[in-house]
Amino acid sequence: MVTRRVTIIDYGLGNLRSVTKGLEKAGAAVRVSSDPEEIVSADGIVIPGVGAFREGMEMLGDLRRSVTASAGSIPVLGICLGMQMLLTTSEEHGLHQGLNLIPGHVRRFERVRGMKIPHMGWNSLIVERDHPLLEGIGTGDYMYFVHSYHATTHAEYTLTWTEYADRFSSTIYHGDVFGVQYHPEKSGRTGLRLLKNFIDLL
Amino acid sequence: MVLTRRIIPCLDLKDGRVVKGKHFEELRDAGDPVALAQRYNEQGADEVVFLDITASKEKRGIIIDLIRRAADELFLPLTVGGGIRNLEDIQQILRAGADKVSINTSAVNDPSLVHRSAGRFGTQCIVVAVDVKRNYTMKDGATPIGLKDGRTCWYEVVTYGGSRTTGIDAIEWVKRVEELGAGEILLTSMETDGTKDGYDLPVTRAVAEAVGIPVIASGGVGALEHFYEGFVEGKADACLAASVFHYGELTIGRVKEYLASRGIPVRL
Repeated sequence: MVTRRVTIIDYGLGNLRSVTKGLEKAGAAVRVSSDPEEIVSADGIVIPGVGAFREGMEMLGDLRRSVTASAGSIPVLGICLGMQMLLTTSEEHGLHQGLNLIPGHVRRFERVRGMKIPHMGWNSLIVERDHPLLEGIGTGDYMYFVHSYHATTHAEYTLTWTEYADRFSSTIYHGDVFGVQYHPEKSGRTGLRLLKNFIDLL
Repeated sequence: MVLTRRIIPCLDLKDGRVVKGKHFEELRDAGDPVALAQRYNEQGADEVVFLDITASKEKRGIIIDLIRRAADELFLPLTVGGGIRNLEDIQQILRAGADKVSINTSAVNDPSLVHRSAGRFGTQCIVVAVDVKRNYTMKDGATPIGLKDGRTCWYEVVTYGGSRTTGIDAIEWVKRVEELGAGEILLTSMETDGTKDGYDLPVTRAVAEAVGIPVIASGGVGALEHFYEGFVEGKADACLAASVFHYGELTIGRVKEYLASRGIPVRL
């Protein structure tokens, strides 16, 4: 089998080391890059990131065009903030436009008495629909989450839900564009399986 | 389907090796950090914490290579603390592969560090470690906390590994750091740390109820029921322990099975 080349977009945010190692372990040849050429020429693109939405979009800058130009022909995986930026808008510190590659919005968790924010720790997936991205992963499997805002989108763009006070979309997709709110690179064996599944889609 | 309670082994580090102090002194060597972290990973640890406990005292540098090595093998959330003084330290640690940094003495010395680091790296990666001691001399502005023996005290924030008192009320302090942007509190009571008598439940509960961010209980675990008490009586979101795991007295798997049998949601 041909080794798949994945470009992790380096826009100055997030821990890129773990996601790099995770994808390498899954068998990919990984480049960490902010060069548009290395983004559009990859077999797959990963947008990592932690932090605030607006800052993330700003840091992404001109690379936004490389991502939107590639989406449709190259599979994309957004992780955490990277996932949120795939959506239409975010209400984190004002209303901000996202990449609009998956229809939906980013909202803050409603604070319910006794509920801690950020939603931090291991929570389980509830599978909405089967998809090769979820091969070998099922309802009740745990992933590691750490976030204060979450995706709100239709069931048709939702692969898994997760419950925290209410339920939210934890794995989303639209064609070959995928987003995961959790950190597969920090979710042990289950997370590594998801990264491998992504590589197998390329 | 709920968020599970976390069990977090803590590796206290000195010169790249794991140590554990009784009241942060009498250090004993307990092995290679990465090998130990890997063992905990296999046992089902939910996160791993590396604390360079001597860093503040001796102004030692940060153990970047060790973080890299651990991050490359673990695929688990890794928090690193000890001697972090500025944004550059934090940046370096996160780039090496850590997910969160734990700030203790530096946050007390300069609370704006919490605000600045949360603004730059995100709230979710800023853990404020709070070390506390009981103070039985009540004063204005101090939050009274009732103890099991009927006495009342307030909890004072201490720094530099417990060697310095600050006059700061612990409950006021955790509320303040939450406002400044802390994403989590790591609470260690010097009263119970190293005793194996269980967590300091009154202060753990008071802190957990005072803030809307997750609280990690730390200091004093010696038996299975101490974890249960930390979650139920202390209302902690996560329980941290060191020596019971290092010396093999308990495994993380055994702790989680026990908690599950008593109705605490854990990831098995």
